[in-house]
Amino acid sequence: MGGTTGDTADALSIADRGFASRLLLGTAGYPNQQMMLDALAAAEPALVTVAIRRISLEPYAESLVDLVGGRYSLLPNTAGCATVRDAVLTAHLAREALGTSWIKLELIGDRETLYPDVEQLLRATEELVKDGFTVLPYCNDDPVTCRKLADLGAAAVMPLGSPIGTGLGIINPYAIERICTTSPVPVILDAGIGTASDAAQAMELGCDGVLLNTAVAKAHDPRRMARAMRLAVAAGREARLAGRIPKRSQAEPSSPQLGLVGG
Amino acid sequence: MSARIRINGRDEPLQSATVSDLLASRGIVGNRGVAVAVNGVVVPAGAWRERALAAGDEIEIVKPFGGG
Repeated sequence: MGGTTGDTADALSIADRGFASRLLLGTAGYPNQQMMLDALAAAEPALVTVAIRRISLEPYAESLVDLVGGRYSLLPNTAGCATVRDAVLTAHLAREALGTSWIKLELIGDRETLYPDVEQLLRATEELVKDGFTVLPYCNDDPVTCRKLADLGAAAVMPLGSPIGTGLGIINPYAIERICTTSPVPVILDAGIGTASDAAQAMELGCDGVLLNTAVAKAHDPRRMARAMRLAVAAGREARLAGRIPKRSQAEPSSPQLGLVGG
Repeated sequence: MSARIRINGRDEPLQSATVSDLLASRGIVGNRGVAVAVNGVVVPAGAWRERALAAGDEIEIVKPFGGG
């Protein structure tokens, strides 16, 4: 996995688990199931997110769990929940449905922007941590909120790059970098990724991982974009570890200044 | 009026004695990844057979779907 030497030593660590990949991929919105499976295979994700929804009362064909459950570690979410009560119940149902106490906690405060409801997010995080969950909250790109979530026992924080599904990339790189510098728990950039350079940028800013869905699912070629995202996350991580040069306002020649022909 | 229960947000007549009976009547027994809550509390699969349903119960039957 990953392709370059040193990846094993540089594993992503969340709570008590290590992951060879730093990419988390969603399962919604692919043109069809085969394209989703191809994208997952190309992405080699650490975790694969799923939603928990009311079962339709019509007869149902193939279960998502049967499809991907054996090959990937699933991370259920509470997407769409707008109250602490609904999010907590969804987390408990997810634990029963999938046998995992890991939960991507989403508490939506506004249907237009899908921005998190911070006050409820903090309460739900506290409650689920007490119930024994490993909580990964989707949150604002706000260092204070991220610190409070970590203080309450969140296993990682997942600040948004930009609103869910917009593909606008990281609209506040300063805040993301600040969160990465100060967070005592891993930082997973969640939401807003549009293309590979956005994912690389997240890693360069210091994020420990990237969670995305729409950028791959709605790409013209999801399998190819999934591979691009895997490479971008790995490249961004390498660049971060390598240490970029400082930015300068003046040009500085990289070739020697002496011995010029005709000089 | 006959006794009613609420299943996934819809009022329905109470026709099943237990959670197990209810799932069987919907043809969703044996599906992996199905979870059930009654009145806001998860009923583990191992207890579906014993968990009796009563008038006014609110039942959630869920499973994983594609999500981000």
